[in-house]
Amino acid sequence: MADHILRVREISKSFSGVQALDNIHFDLKKGEVHALMGENGAGKSTLMKILIGLVAPDSGEVLLEGTNLAGNNVNETLKKGISMIHQEILIIPELTVAQNIFLGREKELSGKSGWLSGWLNDSVINQRAAALLDRMGVNIAPDAKMKHLSVAQMQMVEIAKAISNNAKVIIMDEPTSAISDKEVATLFQIIRDLKAQGVGIIYISHKMDEIFRISDTITVLRDGKYIGTKPAAELNHNALIAMMVGREIAQMFPEATQAVGEEVLSVRNLGRAGKFSNISFTVKSGEIVGLAGLMGAGRTEIARAIFGLDQWDEGEITLKTSPLRARTPREAIDRGVGYVSEDRKGLGFIPRMSVKDNITLSSMNNHRKGGFIDKQSEESATEKMIADLKIKTAGTGQHVTYLSGGNQQKVVIGRVLLASPELIILDEPTRGVDVGAKFEIYKLIRSLADRGMAIIMISSELPEILGLSDRILVLSKGKQMALLPKSEATQEVIMRYAVG
Amino acid sequence: MNRLSKLGQYGIFLAFALICLVLALSTPKFFTVSNLLIIGNQVSINALLAFGVTFVIITGGIDLSLGSMVAVTGVAAATFAHPDAYPLVVPLLVGLAAGSAMGAFNGLVITKSKVPPFIVTLGTMTIGRGLALILSKGRPVSNLSDEFNFIGGGNIAGIPFPIIILIVAFAVCSVVLNKTILGRYMYAVGGNEPAARASGIRVSRVKMWVYTICGLLSALGGILLTSRITTGQPNAGAGFELDAIAAAIIGGTSTAGGTGTMTGTLIGALLIGVISNSLDLLNVTSYYQQVVMGVIIIGAVVLDGVGKKD
Repeated sequence: MADHILRVREISKSFSGVQALDNIHFDLKKGEVHALMGENGAGKSTLMKILIGLVAPDSGEVLLEGTNLAGNNVNETLKKGISMIHQEILIIPELTVAQNIFLGREKELSGKSGWLSGWLNDSVINQRAAALLDRMGVNIAPDAKMKHLSVAQMQMVEIAKAISNNAKVIIMDEPTSAISDKEVATLFQIIRDLKAQGVGIIYISHKMDEIFRISDTITVLRDGKYIGTKPAAELNHNALIAMMVGREIAQMFPEATQAVGEEVLSVRNLGRAGKFSNISFTVKSGEIVGLAGLMGAGRTEIARAIFGLDQWDEGEITLKTSPLRARTPREAIDRGVGYVSEDRKGLGFIPRMSVKDNITLSSMNNHRKGGFIDKQSEESATEKMIADLKIKTAGTGQHVTYLSGGNQQKVVIGRVLLASPELIILDEPTRGVDVGAKFEIYKLIRSLADRGMAIIMISSELPEILGLSDRILVLSKGKQMALLPKSEATQEVIMRYAVG
Repeated sequence: MNRLSKLGQYGIFLAFALICLVLALSTPKFFTVSNLLIIGNQVSINALLAFGVTFVIITGGIDLSLGSMVAVTGVAAATFAHPDAYPLVVPLLVGLAAGSAMGAFNGLVITKSKVPPFIVTLGTMTIGRGLALILSKGRPVSNLSDEFNFIGGGNIAGIPFPIIILIVAFAVCSVVLNKTILGRYMYAVGGNEPAARASGIRVSRVKMWVYTICGLLSALGGILLTSRITTGQPNAGAGFELDAIAAAIIGGTSTAGGTGTMTGTLIGALLIGVISNSLDLLNVTSYYQQVVMGVIIIGAVVLDGVGKKD
C-alpha cells in the first residue's frame, strides 16, 4: 500500500513484567491526521517512545515508507523523518528562535567544512528560519529570544523545527494544552497545510472536541491493548468515550440534589492593576459558580487573589459576614477557603512526600500534640480520605509521584478538604486527567456542593462548565462580561462573551 | 527497580560497614575502644555542623557561613570564659546566642531579600570572619577556665564529653526532623516551595527556623572547638562548612532539597572521620587523604543517583 507512510506492526513491550503494549498495530497514511486516544496508562506514551526510537519494542516492527526502523536511536529516527512535538515544550530560553530551530545542526548550516564548520553562522540560520516561519504563516522574528515568546509561539517554533527536519511524520502530544482558542485555530491551519503537503500527523489529546475537529481517523488503546480504528466521521463523543473506558457513561454530569443555601462569598468591584477590574459575584452554599473565559482572561488571577497568593488593589471580598483580605494562603485556609490549583505539579503537591504527608499538610494543626505530630490521628484521617475520594494508591506511605494524574488530583483535593473549607476554588480540576477519572471528579464536585460547600470552578472546557455550573461568570481580558444562569448558557453564548 | 532503590537507600550504611570491616582487618589498631573514642571525639564538631546544615539543605537552601560562625561564637564565648570572671553558663549562653543571632540574620536576609542562600551566606561567611577578628582584635583569646575547658577536653566515665554532646544533639535533631510539624514542613518547603506555600505553610518562618538552628549548632561546634584547643581563635573553623556539607551529602541529603535524614548525615560524618583516622593509621599522607575524600563525596552521590532511577 503505497499511501501508507508509517506502519506499526504487532508491537509488544513490557517493563519489568508489566505488559505496557500488547500487539499494537496501526497505519498512518500520507496527509492523514490520525488521533491516538486512550486514558492515561493506555500505552500511548510508550508507543510514541518506540516510534521515535527512544525505547526498543520487545517484538513487532515499525515501517517508515516500507523501511524497518528497528535499532535506530532518536537521532537516526529524526533524520529519517519522524519528529515529535512534546507536551512539555523543550526549548532553550536564552537562545533565539532560529538558534532553537536549528539546534544541533549548526555544522551543516555553517557553509564551511573541516574545523571551520565549528564557526557559527547566525545570518544563514536566521534567513532559513525566517523563510520557514513565513511559509507557515507565523509572525515570529527569527532573532527574538525564545524566552520572550508566548507558549503558543514556542509551540509554533517547535513545529517549525519539525518541518525543518523534513519530517514525514509529526507526532503532536497534547499540543493545545497551554494555548488559547485563537492560537488553536492557527495551529489547526498549520496542520491542514502539513496535510496538504503529505505529512502524516499522529495527534494525541484529551480534548474531545479538538479530536473531532481535526482528525481523519481515530485509533483507541486501552490498558496497552489495541481496541480499534475508525474514521472520525463514524464516531461521536459518547461512542469514543465508550471505546476508551470500555463502558458507556450514561450521565457525565450529576445533577444537584440539594437546594442552595446562604451566601458564603461575596466579591464586589474587585480589581488588580493590569490583571482584572470590576469583578462582582457571589457564591452560595451548595452552589457551583463556573468561571469561563479564554486563556489570559484573568480567571486564575481572581482565584489567587481570593486565596491570598496575590494581592489586589480595589474592591472588597466578604466571606460569610466579615471581610476577607488574605495576605497569605495560610490566612485564607484558616478562614475556610480552599484552592486546588491548575498547576498541579507546581502548586498542588510535594512529589517526594507520601500520600499521607501531602493530604495532612494543610491541617497539621489538627494532628498535633504540642509541636509533635500525632501520627495515629494523621494515619486515620488519611485512610478516611482515601476511602472517601476513592484514591487508588498502594497505601498511605506511597509517594505521590507514582500516582496517576487523576489520583494526584484527588490527593490535592483531599488536602484541601481535610482543612474543612466552606469555599473551594477548583482551577481546571480535570486538566491532564483521563476520561474515567474526570467523571469521578465531576461526581465528587457535585457531592461537595450537595454537602453545603460553596464552589468556584474555573475551566477551559465548556462542556464541563455547562454541565456542572449553576451560574457562569464569563470573563474576557480581565473584565466581567456576563453572569449567566444555567438556563441561559450555551457554548455559543459563552464564547461570544469570552472573545469580548 | 525496587531492589536497586533499596540498595541506594542503604548503600551508604553498607559502604560504611564495609569500610569499617576492611579497616578492622587491615589494621589491628582500628577496632579498639580507645581508637573508636578518638574517632568519635574528632568527628563531633563536624557532625554538629553537619546536623545544622542538613536542616538547611533539606529546605533547599545552603549555608556557607558555618565555619565563620564557629570562629565568632568561639571568640565570643572565650571572651567571657576567663577563670573567675563569670559563671560557666555566661560564656555558653553568649556563644549560643551569638550563633543563633547570626543564623537568624542569614534567615532574615534570605527570606526578605529573595537573594539565593548561596550568595547571602557567602557574604555572611566573610562578615563573620571579620567580626571574629574585630572581637578578638586579631589575637587569640586564651587563659580560659578549667570548667570551660572540660567541655571539649573532659571525660565522663571514660567517654569524652564531646561524644556525649554529639549523641544528645543527634537525638534532638532526629526528633525535630521526624516527629515535629516543623520537621515535616522542612521537607515540604524543600520538596516544592510554591506548593508548600499554597498548602498554607508559612515558608519564611520555616526558613528562619532552619538557619537559626544551623547557627545554634555552629555555636555548639564553636564552643567545643574553643574549649578543646583552650583558645578562642579568630581564624578557626575555616573550611568547616565544606566538611559539614560533604557529610550531609555523603549521607544522602540531596542538594535539590526535600530529602535527607539525620542518621545518614551522622554516618556521613563518621565515614569522613573513619577514613581520615585510618589513613593516618596506615601512614597515608594527608595529601592523598584529600583525594580519597573527594572521590568518596562524588561516589556517594553517584550511588544515590543509581538508587533513585526508575
